[in-house]
Amino acid sequence: MDRLLTVTGLSTEFRTERGIVKAVNNISYTVNESEIVGLVGESGCGKSVSQLSVMQLIPNPPGRIVAGSVDFDGTDLLQYKRESNEMCAIRGRYISMIFQEPMTSLNPALTICRQMTEVMIEHLGTEYKEAREKSIDMLDQVGIPDAAKRIDDYPHQFSGGMRQRVMVAMAMLCNPKMIIADEATTALDATIQAQLLELLYGMVDKYKTALVMVTHNLGVVARYVNRINVMYAGSIVESGTVNEIWANPMHPYTEGLLSCVPRLGEKLVPIKGMPPSLVNRPDTCPFAARCRYRQKQCFEQPVSELTLVEGTHYSACAVKLEGKV
Amino acid sequence: MSTYIIRRLFHSVIIILIVSLIVFLLLRALPGDPIMMLIAQNTNMEWTPEMIEALRDSKGLNDSLPVQYFRWFSMMLRGDFGVSIMHNYNIGEQLKSKVVVSMMLGICSFAVSIIVGPLLGIISAIRRGKFIDNVVTIFANIGITAPQFWIAILLIFLFSMRLQLLPIYGYTLPWVNLGLCIRQSILPVFVTALGPIASTARQTRSSVLEVLGEDYVRTAWAKGMNERKVLMKHVLKNSLMPIVTLQGTMLRQIVGGSVVVERVFVIPGMGKFMVDAMQGRDYTVVQSVTVVMTLVVVISYLIVDLLYGWVDPRIQYD
Repeated sequence: MDRLLTVTGLSTEFRTERGIVKAVNNISYTVNESEIVGLVGESGCGKSVSQLSVMQLIPNPPGRIVAGSVDFDGTDLLQYKRESNEMCAIRGRYISMIFQEPMTSLNPALTICRQMTEVMIEHLGTEYKEAREKSIDMLDQVGIPDAAKRIDDYPHQFSGGMRQRVMVAMAMLCNPKMIIADEATTALDATIQAQLLELLYGMVDKYKTALVMVTHNLGVVARYVNRINVMYAGSIVESGTVNEIWANPMHPYTEGLLSCVPRLGEKLVPIKGMPPSLVNRPDTCPFAARCRYRQKQCFEQPVSELTLVEGTHYSACAVKLEGKV
Repeated sequence: MSTYIIRRLFHSVIIILIVSLIVFLLLRALPGDPIMMLIAQNTNMEWTPEMIEALRDSKGLNDSLPVQYFRWFSMMLRGDFGVSIMHNYNIGEQLKSKVVVSMMLGICSFAVSIIVGPLLGIISAIRRGKFIDNVVTIFANIGITAPQFWIAILLIFLFSMRLQLLPIYGYTLPWVNLGLCIRQSILPVFVTALGPIASTARQTRSSVLEVLGEDYVRTAWAKGMNERKVLMKHVLKNSLMPIVTLQGTMLRQIVGGSVVVERVFVIPGMGKFMVDAMQGRDYTVVQSVTVVMTLVVVISYLIVDLLYGWVDPRIQYD
């Protein structure tokens, strides 16, 4: 499989009144062609910001990408300005994004037809009639009943699950190389969530599209993804295939996340404490305060880099890597 | 939709009834009497109490209030606005020429304000915090706070008296003399439109800023739309929603403001007509002008509400 996306040393900051928030701190990861990658972490750990940085959709000000490179298919996306034509030609054409909030992510004042066809007209120069045909076909594929009629409806006439299906259809229109699903199913109830996941995975499988699944729910990614990146407080703390991580979590945070996945009949074990503030954070391990393996060195030495465990499995916990526990 | 319009028209009739009743009663509650005004203007005649009483009788002012009201209102329904107490002219005929003048100025002011207001608002929202934004904000604050007559006097002093670029007063209909009409219209239209432009610009600015932060705008960016398309196709229509509602109020403001502006610029429109009649306690004229102005406002509110449904498809009329 060919390499599609290589993110190296990406850092994004927000300037706030309380200081500089390092929302994404020096993260590196890769996505191969038609691969499904999971990006897992709790709320506020920088998952979404990292993905918005790749798309250059960070509101600026206050946000700013301060370092790193995003190599997509041989070009560094960060060399282009946010509003530049080059960047616009990539968004929606080669990288699509599906957002968390299905209720507000579609424009309430335009019909589904206008919102869908404009993507194809913009990127592929398709004639309106043909774009409409293809949009109806795509709505059909994502399971919108009576698509030819529903396409002229407005977003408020759809339910949340249906709107997210529309978003999936819209993301697939130009047959992109990669889709970023940013908590795409989080706002939906469990049954709809399962349907939508099946749909999403089915679609990317059919069109050989790479998919980055951003979620806080390990259960959402475990069945389908090839590799997982676990994020905590703006950094990737563990990375590897599902099997590697599931069988042998090498970072205490991942371990905690795994024990947070509900199983029938078992008591949930939550991770104690709160995630650290990202304002003016020291460079020691951000998880140390909540960690049950913590040692003196965790509060004194800078946090270790992602280090190879075995195979493709990397972890950033020095204590566990040294086998001290 | 049609039931909605019918219901709204029914409401409009009720509003006009209430307004006509209130203005009718208020006028009679005011100190002063049209007959005494009439007498005061004709001092070359010897007025005996009998003559005054006969005059009052002939104007129908000795009838009971309900009789007077229903006589006036039923005449108006038949399209007859009656005769001026003071000057004996036919009010309907006078109104026609005044309405044309006021409509010309009103429509021009409204057109200017709905074009310039949102434009300034959008510009200052996009260039938020930049120089142009500050200029628009200062301009808008002046427009909202400064009284119209004061602005009008300053402008007359500057452009008409000092620079002698524009005529000081008067109005000519465009089909009589287009050039003069335009030169005479510039200042009154600007003064009338200033308030609406300022309010609309401020409202548009905050509305655009709000919409710019919406999720669907991020979606539009994520779809690869460029800045122009994001603004024109996704931001504009959504940020227009509160602006459209505001325009009803702006129209009312323009109609109301014409009273002051027409007076300052000596324009023979409805506003000046109304003020002159007011000073002479010319009951029938004031009543008729008020009803016509109410009609204009009520209809414009209806149009605005219908437009709102076109801008925001979530609104349903039933």
